[in-house]
Amino acid sequence: MSEESNIASDQILPGHSGDGFVDEPPLVAGNLSFHDVTEMVSLHTEKKTPTAWLGAFALANVGLLLLGVMVAYLFWNGTGVWGLNNPVGWGYAIVNFVFWVGIGHAGTLISAILYLFRQQWRTAINRSAEAMTIFAVICALLFPGIHVGRVWVAYWMLPIPNQMEMWPQFKSPLLWDVFAVSVYFTVSLIFWYVGLVPDLATLRDRAKSGIRRRILGFLSMGWSGANRHWRNYEKAYLLLAALATPLVLSVHSVVSFDFAVSVIPGWHTTIFPPYFVAGAIFSGFAMVVTLLVVARKVYSLQNIITINHLEKMNIIILLTGTMVGFAYITEFFIAWYSGVEYEQYAFLNRATGPYAWAYWTMMTCNLVFPQFFWNKKLRRNIPFMFGLSIIVNIGMWFERFVITVTSLHRDYLPSSWDYYTPTWVDVLTLVGSFGLFFTLFLLFLRFAPMVAMAEVKLVMPESDPHYYDRAHAEPKSH
Amino acid sequence: MKAIITGIKATMGIYESNEDQVYGLLAEFPDPGALVNAARATRDTGYRHFDTHSPFPVHGMDGAMGLGNSKVGFACLGGGLTGLAVGILLQWWTGAIDYPLNISGKPFFAYEPSIPVIFELTILFSALGAVAGMFALNGLPRPYNPLFYSERFSRVTDDAFFLHIAASDKLFDLEKTGQFLRDIGALYVEPIEDRGDAEE
Repeated sequence: MSEESNIASDQILPGHSGDGFVDEPPLVAGNLSFHDVTEMVSLHTEKKTPTAWLGAFALANVGLLLLGVMVAYLFWNGTGVWGLNNPVGWGYAIVNFVFWVGIGHAGTLISAILYLFRQQWRTAINRSAEAMTIFAVICALLFPGIHVGRVWVAYWMLPIPNQMEMWPQFKSPLLWDVFAVSVYFTVSLIFWYVGLVPDLATLRDRAKSGIRRRILGFLSMGWSGANRHWRNYEKAYLLLAALATPLVLSVHSVVSFDFAVSVIPGWHTTIFPPYFVAGAIFSGFAMVVTLLVVARKVYSLQNIITINHLEKMNIIILLTGTMVGFAYITEFFIAWYSGVEYEQYAFLNRATGPYAWAYWTMMTCNLVFPQFFWNKKLRRNIPFMFGLSIIVNIGMWFERFVITVTSLHRDYLPSSWDYYTPTWVDVLTLVGSFGLFFTLFLLFLRFAPMVAMAEVKLVMPESDPHYYDRAHAEPKSH
Repeated sequence: MKAIITGIKATMGIYESNEDQVYGLLAEFPDPGALVNAARATRDTGYRHFDTHSPFPVHGMDGAMGLGNSKVGFACLGGGLTGLAVGILLQWWTGAIDYPLNISGKPFFAYEPSIPVIFELTILFSALGAVAGMFALNGLPRPYNPLFYSERFSRVTDDAFFLHIAASDKLFDLEKTGQFLRDIGALYVEPIEDRGDAEE
């Protein structure tokens, strides 16, 4: 791609710098200065609203409206409007919940785990990935909220003192889930906000109108880039990353307990927590690729979110996809090895029973397709990765469908077996949840700095004080 | 007492202006390398009430300014211990004392099934503690800061590097400090007036 600059100098071996270390390609391409970075990112929040954005926003709003109508229809009529039946008491609502929570995981992985591992390439994508996390978790939180049936008592899920002198039952994994997901949401939100403060200050200092300056001044809390502040800020950021890391691993583990702690064949397995976490990261990275491939093009951020960033994400998709596929196969092995006939039947039924179409969709999308990323050309091919990232998310949605529905529809007693079919309300609610997600994401792209400017500047070689010792001797061509 | 409060505020970068309403001197430096050298020189000359301002954290600046380790960790630890206690007490008191409910003969309170909620609350309170501690130690939110009167200072969040020596420092002298800043390589030096009127 033409957008990468070549840094190999003629005296030294290509790919090596003089000091014996292998040179990585620069994280920020195109010889940008600090000011260029500020300009490229801030501009999009300051210019007149583009027509394309308005069009996309209108479309997303139609989806949001659809969601509102479906939820209102559900509240009015009760959960009978869904396709749930007697053995299959968990349908689309749970499938969608797990799907959206999973999407969220990539944001925290990028912002926290890659931070602890000093993966500096994360700075270009962490802001938008964290935003994606928050919006995906909002979509996820919606579903358990509406599927309780009697929504007016949804507050019973929280330990709020009430006139009945009742408390939630803390031995239930469903209640652990309430805590896990709401803590995850809160911590993700404050992590995101802390990261935003210096960048909001940048926007504040560029603001032309008084009202804009006041709003941004309020949100940026009087940030002045003081080193006494950066010192505490960086420490707090590090601590948040260290806290978010076990948190993100725990969230999908707890989500998997919803299934694994029960005694349904196909659910009652110890492999669930790691397998769910890998799947969550897999689907989340696919969603980040889907969103950023479009956003970097539309907002001309190819020099900040370079093809190398996308390639690294595709490698993670390949890795986690293969892990998930390995888990699918392990489940079969364990079912056979356990000698439990119900467990064996549950898996045989998955692959060959009435839902075999869903199972093989899942297998193809999640295990087979990502293997194309072994090929470096395909890994760096933008249209290909865009298509593949969508396939992965279709596959991951089907994974949750397979786990939830195929295990429930045939359990111990053949007399209670039934087939689950979603209704139009189920389907349109899922479609509508994408409307909610994209509405929020488009608002983020329009009003917030979509790249963490302060962090991107920090990974540019010019931010290193020692860069200038060298620069005086021999100017380096960055 | 007043001296203690002034001292604490100084660690947050909040200084008092002198009787001539001078808040301090703001000097601009060309790059992070020059800023680190300037901070070291300022520190070595004996100034204590000073701070550097940059669009991103400059590595090595804490050492150059002679600042120790950040105390945010204590706030985080305090939050974490609070969350741990809340998690245990909440589940023990509601499950075993206030509303004991026999579920398949399981104990009313046991640690094993209580771990997930204890863990989540520990994380939640630690995170809140770290963030609240960070803002408190930084003296933020700070709606009024005389440095914002400077037109040039608005580039601090973009690509400019500043050093500010506060008028409350014992060694501060408008003339001599200004000369000192020019000597250590400032591109530009500006006295900051604490006018007390908000702009706009």
